[in-house]
Amino acid sequence: MTDTAAPEPLLAMRGLSKAFAGIHALQGVDLTVRAGEIHGLLGENGAGKSTLMRLLSGVMPPDSGEIIWRGQPVRFASPLAAQAAGIAMIHQELSLVPCTSITDNLWLGQELHRPLGFLRLAEARRRAQALMDDLGAAVDVSRPVEEYPLSVQQMVEVAKALSHEPALLIMDEPTSALTEPEVERLFATIRSLRDRGVAIVYISHKLDEIEALCDRVTVLRDGRLVTEVAVADTTPTELVRLIVGRELGELFPKHQTAPGEELLRVENLVLAAPDRTQRRLVDEVSLTVRAGEIVGLAGLLGSGASELLGSLFGRWGRPTGGRVWLQGREVHTANPTAALASGLALLTNDRKATGLVPPLSVLHNLTLASLAQDATAGFVSRRRELSRARPVAAGLNLRAPSLDAEVNALSGGNQQKVALAKWLLTEPRIMLLDEPTRGVDVGAKAEIYELMNRWAAEGRGLLLITSELPELLALSDRILVMSRGRITAEFSREQATSERVMAAAMEVDTDG
Amino acid sequence: MDESARRPSPLTRVIRFLGDYRGVVALVAVFALGVVVSPRNLRTGEIVFLTSSNQSNVLFEYAEYGLLAVGMTIVILTGGIDLSVGSVLGFSATLFSYLVIALGWSVGPAVLVCLVAGGLAGFLSGTLVSRLRMQPFIATLSMMVAARGAAKLVSGGIKVAHGAQPWYVLQAGPPAVFGWMSAPVAGGWLRPITLIFLLVLAIMAVVVRYTRFGRYLYAIGGNEEAARLSGVRVTQVKTVAYLLCGLTAAVAGICNASHMGYGDPEAGATYELDAIAAVVIGGTSMMGGRGGMVLTLLGTLIIGYVNKILSLMGWQEAPRLLAKGLIIVLAVIIQETRRRRK
Repeated sequence: MTDTAAPEPLLAMRGLSKAFAGIHALQGVDLTVRAGEIHGLLGENGAGKSTLMRLLSGVMPPDSGEIIWRGQPVRFASPLAAQAAGIAMIHQELSLVPCTSITDNLWLGQELHRPLGFLRLAEARRRAQALMDDLGAAVDVSRPVEEYPLSVQQMVEVAKALSHEPALLIMDEPTSALTEPEVERLFATIRSLRDRGVAIVYISHKLDEIEALCDRVTVLRDGRLVTEVAVADTTPTELVRLIVGRELGELFPKHQTAPGEELLRVENLVLAAPDRTQRRLVDEVSLTVRAGEIVGLAGLLGSGASELLGSLFGRWGRPTGGRVWLQGREVHTANPTAALASGLALLTNDRKATGLVPPLSVLHNLTLASLAQDATAGFVSRRRELSRARPVAAGLNLRAPSLDAEVNALSGGNQQKVALAKWLLTEPRIMLLDEPTRGVDVGAKAEIYELMNRWAAEGRGLLLITSELPELLALSDRILVMSRGRITAEFSREQATSERVMAAAMEVDTDG
Repeated sequence: MDESARRPSPLTRVIRFLGDYRGVVALVAVFALGVVVSPRNLRTGEIVFLTSSNQSNVLFEYAEYGLLAVGMTIVILTGGIDLSVGSVLGFSATLFSYLVIALGWSVGPAVLVCLVAGGLAGFLSGTLVSRLRMQPFIATLSMMVAARGAAKLVSGGIKVAHGAQPWYVLQAGPPAVFGWMSAPVAGGWLRPITLIFLLVLAIMAVVVRYTRFGRYLYAIGGNEEAARLSGVRVTQVKTVAYLLCGLTAAVAGICNASHMGYGDPEAGATYELDAIAAVVIGGTSMMGGRGGMVLTLLGTLIIGYVNKILSLMGWQEAPRLLAKGLIIVLAVIIQETRRRRK
């Protein structure tokens, strides 16, 4: 309406903040997107990218700050409201119903219908076909989506988002499951959308993609805005520095211990995806862990690090290929029961889904993995359970109203301690720890660091995944970096820096 | 550890106590209701509900449901369900009668064969569920149909009673064990069938509460993947759970045949629903991981008493069924609201 020299940005988010349970996920973040540009959004895991996009797409409201959309301040009450205003989001995970047709998936929730709810099937199909043709996908829209490769399924998601005719399209790591030619096809689609004037916010960990695709990028770190730059004015190396960017103080104590005998040796471990693609989630990985050593595994989402730990523990049966030795003896771990018996412990990265049994008491969760020690002829002795669990709970400084309280009733940090203590009670030689400090407050984090050091000092071997780089750098004796299922770099404690590790995880060549 | 620091007020403690023991509270309430609404004997002024025959009848009449509910509780604790128990009861009842009446077997071997057969049915269901990862509903639905077929196969489609076929060994009268099982003992208050129910319940209560197997039932129901990753042999534990359920159904079948005096291939139809109702009314969660045998005893007694009261009040079957449906809904609503408040 008003005549201004510079073109009004399509979207301006100003000073957005959001906290969860007192922890700031976002603090005063700005994001400006113009019509017809591809805008990259960069940051480590947990930097606040997803939170920012959730605020934009109406999943939740900001605590403070404003969103200006087409020059007007707005507040979207729901994803539907954001969609109606012209903002569509494609999530990292596909949200399709595999066994129904492309047409039905496209119109799911917004079916074309006549009065009384009768579907306009022919019209829906015609328009679905038109949308898919437009994207250059040669498909029969009446076939179930599961019959098509992931790239086509991704196209269906794009078409679904486009069916709302959005002015802004948010894409969260859309290429994580695609092959190289599929990525190329998706990029062509994205570029043609841009040329039609659609603005795109593109979230990715892959800097080569950012370089190839984006006009400008916004970098977030620890919930704060780092900078906004034009891609042409920067280099991948600089971007890595911007993403990592913090100075490491001596936040964490590290007890140096001389590593002892070799506890774990892995050679050429392969794990194929259980679906038709047989994609290699873990691809020819070899590593060793010695007694008293903490080996850090760095990797971004989808790097295969979690899958590596899971397959060592027999979570998905026998690995597809490779050999594993524990304390010099070759093992063929077929299931968690066998892994446990051979002295392994696996702390999974999601204590709610796979770590704890919520309805059980703290005590029963603690002893679950080692209950045989408390039982005679199948009968469990509560006295023995308590006598084993109490000292461990005390050693971890576990704060619970009582050991008989439901584990649900504890705080996140104390739940995590229960999950750790459960494994400690199995007296493992090798601890596979996947994000041991996730969702834990600062105080409990420090305690867990101390514990990990203590366990290493006791002669255990620790294989540690954490997406928090400072944590990884401070705790690890050695760091292995994984990307696309492979180990792409190894650093000694002395060599490792945030930049080097992040560059290896993003597969950026920083030499020279 | 710092319980004394913030002791809840007396009122909240009373409410919490009532909440924790709501099963007992509900049973007492139902019992009190029975005393209040019960008709009185016109001559003696005695409260009919409280007569010893009525009281002992409740347990006796509900013993078979109770037995099924005990096995059902084990399966439901793992997050599963067993729809086949009614049919397995019918199968076991006909098989037992056939062995004892038609073939003239002695009781011991006949009981053994029935238990093996019931256990086998449960084992098959359990294998389908745990090893082949079939949904419990579907797997046990198939077993429900198949076991009913087996019952009809054994009996030849008729009620297996003395003299029902000219070639049956027993022609003159029912086997002694039938009369003995239902005859009052212990001063007329209890009968062997009731005692069998209480004994099986007590054994399973101990198994569920004090053994590793029992602990694993809860763990699997609470979070199967976490249990598996903690080294619990989920497949085996689940299979044994269904096996035990089949076993209790077989025991219930033997009781049913003794009680009726013959083996009815149609016996136990829809009993699985009463068994599930008893478990749910007791407060065991259908999602698994929460509940127990004592709750199931309470649930069985509550349904039994409600039925008894309504029939004493002269209600017909139709309104009784409607009332039963309502009670189940109320029980679940109370459970859910309590959970959400947490």
